[in-house]
Amino acid sequence: MKTAVIVFPGSNCDRDMAVALETVTGRAPAMVWHRETALPDGTDFIALPGGFSYGDYLRSGAMAARSPILRAVADAAARGVPVLGVCNGFQVLTEAGLLPGALMRNAGLNFVCRTVSLKVENSQSLFTAAYQAGETIDIPVAHHDGNYFADAATLDRIEGEGRVAFRYLDGVNGSARDIAGVLGDAGNVLGMMPHPERAIDRAHGGTDGLRLFEAALGVLA
Amino acid sequence: MKVNVYVTLKTGVLDPQGKAIHHALEGLGFAGVSDVRAGRFIELEVADDVTDADLDAMCAKLLANTVIENYRIERP
Repeated sequence: MKTAVIVFPGSNCDRDMAVALETVTGRAPAMVWHRETALPDGTDFIALPGGFSYGDYLRSGAMAARSPILRAVADAAARGVPVLGVCNGFQVLTEAGLLPGALMRNAGLNFVCRTVSLKVENSQSLFTAAYQAGETIDIPVAHHDGNYFADAATLDRIEGEGRVAFRYLDGVNGSARDIAGVLGDAGNVLGMMPHPERAIDRAHGGTDGLRLFEAALGVLA
Repeated sequence: MKVNVYVTLKTGVLDPQGKAIHHALEGLGFAGVSDVRAGRFIELEVADDVTDADLDAMCAKLLANTVIENYRIERP
């Protein structure tokens, strides 16, 4: 399994993501700088990490979504390569048009940094297959712009297509319909505000994020 | 040539920042404000041969996120 972590100026969860990928696959990911125009040959999993790419200038994720490497990421996603965007990575995926909707300033205006409970809505995707539908998992969040917005027609459509992967159990940031994670129309792109890479080791206080990586990276016991 | 771009939230999109500004105005004792919406103002210095279509594309592709925002281009 060849994995890649895209690194932007201002990414700050890229190394946590790398640790998660290496822990699960036994192989360190390629760390790919945003100025690159191609992914390493044979890349079969791409992660967009959390952080504050380009200092959140203009809008969170806006600049990163227009960086050279994103074209290669979009091409790979179109070929079916799994792409996981966490936190700022989710913002980048919506800004790049690879996922519907947008992530706005939290409704309470506060930066929210705590472990939250999520309901697994879709356990059929390649990222969520190791969870049970309806299961509650605990995953940390740390964001200022996690308030998911899409118009009602889009929300109805993604709900109808089973593309809401995770939902907050308690209102966290004002997200429409408490949506915490969304799948792309082909199911191989997942964006989520909570950080599964921060819940893979008992020292993290929980390991509920581990199964996401195990399922997505095909190493499920 | 100077071009002004105004980026505003679409109607129906909640604006927590506008709401906080509104509350702060009330806290300062300003009465009579019924709503506040916060947006973004961008000044561009562009060559004379930049067309309206170019400016529109700049807004649609980067300056505004058309999922949540409208934009208005003012070319004096």
